Order: sequence, then structure tokens, then C-alpha cells
Amino acid sequence: MNTPIISIKDASFSYSGPMILDRINLEVADGEFLGVVGPNAGGKSTLLKLVLGLLEPMSGSVQVLGQSPADVCRQVGYVPQYPAFSRDFPITVEAAVLMGCMGRSSWFGGYCKQDHLIARRAMQETEVADLAKRQLSTLSGGQLQRVLVARALACEPHILILDEPTANIDMRVETDIFDLLKSLNQRMTIIVVSHDVGFISRYVDRVACLNRTLICHHTASIDGKVINELYGSDVHMVEHVHISGAP
Amino acid sequence: MTGFFEALLQYGFLQKALVAGLLASIGCGIMGSYVVVKRIGFLAGGISHAVLGGMGAALFYGFSPLGGALGAALLAALLIGWISLRWKEREDTLIGALWAVGMAIGIIFISKTPGYSVNLMSYLFGNILMVPQKDIWLMALMDAVVLTTVLLFYRQFLAVSFDEEFARLRGVPVTLFYLLLLCMVAVTVVLLIQVVGLILVIALLTLPAAIAAHYLHSLGRMMLLAAVLGMLFTTLGLAIAYVFDLPAGATIILVAGLAYLLSTMLNQLLQRQRQTQKVS
Repeated sequence: MNTPIISIKDASFSYSGPMILDRINLEVADGEFLGVVGPNAGGKSTLLKLVLGLLEPMSGSVQVLGQSPADVCRQVGYVPQYPAFSRDFPITVEAAVLMGCMGRSSWFGGYCKQDHLIARRAMQETEVADLAKRQLSTLSGGQLQRVLVARALACEPHILILDEPTANIDMRVETDIFDLLKSLNQRMTIIVVSHDVGFISRYVDRVACLNRTLICHHTASIDGKVINELYGSDVHMVEHVHISGAP
Repeated sequence: MTGFFEALLQYGFLQKALVAGLLASIGCGIMGSYVVVKRIGFLAGGISHAVLGGMGAALFYGFSPLGGALGAALLAALLIGWISLRWKEREDTLIGALWAVGMAIGIIFISKTPGYSVNLMSYLFGNILMVPQKDIWLMALMDAVVLTTVLLFYRQFLAVSFDEEFARLRGVPVTLFYLLLLCMVAVTVVLLIQVVGLILVIALLTLPAAIAAHYLHSLGRMMLLAAVLGMLFTTLGLAIAYVFDLPAGATIILVAGLAYLLSTMLNQLLQRQRQTQKVS
């Protein structure tokens, strides 16, 4: 494995209550497509927030691109599970996607030509370019999800992080979105949280199973006994198949 | 109504009142739109009521009440912003407390101010007919500050109102811009206090923008329409108040409230029509 792009060592976290994450160790290689699965309240979103630098571990360390996450958050694209905005916010698709360009250009005034170009490309890639002038409030769930991915792509990220990107949309759109992610994976590292293990294992290289503690399943190499010895009782075995023919 | 326009040509105090209303409407259109889309009406209410503390203190120590109002509004904005960022879960209790404590401080100061007894009512409900010339200049200056700040940081304010978490991840100093946004709301509140008083401020701040939101779906256009509507309401309110000898601030608010009610009904009707068109 090359030098890991994300490296989490013995990271623990709790929100003034029971432990949410307990001594998590995880390394993500450059160009990897990692799936994170686990039960509700298993700490999946919290783990992402540590990687994004929105939260800091109580103990242990999290490094992204060799630095502290908050310092490199601009090189990470993020697609949240629940959009933090209200759906009826008066904003067009284009303006929302352009926000991905923030933090790159100057502080004052509007976006530059380059920003518009990048946003347009991101919208074309996620097939929402023809919705550019539409209001966010008029989009379907699947369309909104694509717009959120476009916004994250407008950040021109090294790493793309998605939290349950397909939680509220139908199966067909889910396939479309994961096909899109698979093609994006050719140029960036992707971490995707999902509840649907069976589904994502067709796409990802490796599955991390998270329920307070974390176990990684390489597509074939690690067997359950090793994991058991390493992590004690909190093991959650997950079956997954790797389709080697995938691009 | 022609009587109002004749009087307008004749009386300087009416002209000043009209100008004050128009100036206040600019700030109200711009910042009111943020208040509506970011849903921080309660925060703005807290700021405007806490202002009485500053006005009372300024009066007691012999400073200009408008200066005291501005200082108190900015202080309240920072305090309320800090509370809402730091103690989100207790936000309503804490802001409610600040709201009342600010007013209580103001009332005590005013009651202890010796000599000429000030008209508390004019602070609470506005006195647009008594706006002094220098306050008009100050109002224009405050408009200029709000307008310049918003033009410079339009993107940041939009990002912070739209999605704070994402803005933070893009390296936007969210806390700074959130507090700056609230400070601009504070400046606008002080502008509007001149016209309708601190209790009625919140209606004039939100109603024009809320009406604009019925029809427009871009923040910039919302601001423009809200400012125009604000001008319409203050002018119309002033005229009606003059003709029927009513308190100006309250009349302006009633005009705005009525317009909002009508607009909501119209909007509902339009939506229903669109739905039936879709079905058929």
C-alpha cells in the first residue's frame, strides 16, 4: 500500500455520553473506493465528520493528506446525508453548485470565469446541466442528490465523501449514482457510507464495518478469525462479493 | 389622499418622515430577505427588543439615543449570535431572556432619567414624524454600510444562510460571517426603529421579504422587491396615518400585514390553479 491518503489511529469520540467511536484504526489508500456500513447510530456519520474536520477526536489522531483534517478540508468534497438547507431556499441549481467553488477564489465579489467553467463541468458530469436554471425546490430526490454530488465535484476534490447518498431514492437512481461514483473513482478517492451492504459491495474495493469499533474487509484477504482476534467481541461479519470485471 | 401630497409639499416634517421611511426600506429589503430565508426572525426580535437597554442607558448618561440603540443592537447581535452558535439547544430560552432583560434595563434607565420625562411610547412604537435631520443622514450612512457589506460579501452571506456546514468545509469563516450578518441585521433594526419603534420592527423587517418570497426565487431579486414593497408600505402607511390622524408606525405595520395576508391568499390561489392545470 502507498502512503495512505487518510490515516486514523486509535481515534475515539463521544458526544458527552456513551462512546460513539472506540479506538478506530483505518487507513485509506489513494484511489481507493471504500464503503462504510453499519447499523444506525453505529457512528458512521461521526466518523465522516472526524475525517472532514468538523469534529475532533477525543483521543487518537486523524490525518488527511498527511495533515490535520481542518487544514485540508478544501480538498475534500462532501455530500451530506440530510442537506442542511431548507428545500424552499430561493436558489438555482447553478448557484448551489457554484458554492463548491468557494474558498478557492477571492474573498470579495462574485465568482470568476474559471469557477463557472468548473461548475458547468461538474453539472455535465452528474447530468444536471439542463437543470442549471431550475429552482432547488422543484427537483426530485434523485435530481437533488446529483446536484449535491455536482456541488462536491465543483470543489475539485482529491477525496469525495458521501453520507448515505441514496437513502431516500429509488433503486434505479441508486444504480445510476453508484455507476457515476465508480467512474469518478478513476480520478479520486471515494468514501461512501451506506446501509445497504449487499448493494455497495458490487462497487467498492473494501468495506469498513462500523459499530462503535471498526473492522475492514478487504475483498478477499482477511478472514473472520483474524478480525475476531484483533477486535474482540464487537465484530460484525459482512458477506460481500467482489466483481473483478468492474471498470 | 391628495391632502397628504399637498401637505407633503408644505411641511418639512412630513418630507423628512417620508425620506426616513424610504431609507429604512432599503435596509429592510436587503437584510429582511436574509432574515426570512435563514429563518432568524426570533433572533432579530431579540436584537430589536434588547435595544431598549441601550437607548435607556444613552438617555440616562446624556448621549444620543440613536447612538445608544446602535451600540446596544450590535452588542445584542454578537451576544445572540454567540448563543445560537454555542448553545443551539438552549437558543430559544437564552434569546427570550436577553429579549426581556434588555427591555427591563431600558425601562429602569428611562424611569431614573431626571428632568424631562421621555416618551417611552415613541421608542416602543416609533415616531417617524419626529425624526431629526441628523438622524436622516445617519440612516443614509447605515444604509450605505449595509449595502456595501452585502455587495462585498454576497457569496459568503449566501453560503452561510444556505448551508453553514458546507460553507465551513469550503474554508469560509462561518462564525465571522454569521456574526457580521447579524450585525447588519442589528443596523437595519436600528434603522427601522426610527420608523415603527422597536416592538413593531420585526413585522416590517420580515413581511416585505416574505411577500417577495412568494413570487421570486432569487435572493437578489427578493431584496429588490422587498425594498420596493417596504417603500410602498411606509409611504402608504404614512399617508393613511396623516389623512385619518392615526399613529404612523402602527398604520405602516397594518398596511404591511394586510398586504402579506392578501399575498398569501393570492399565492395559494395561484398554486391551486397550477396544480389543476397539471392534472388536466
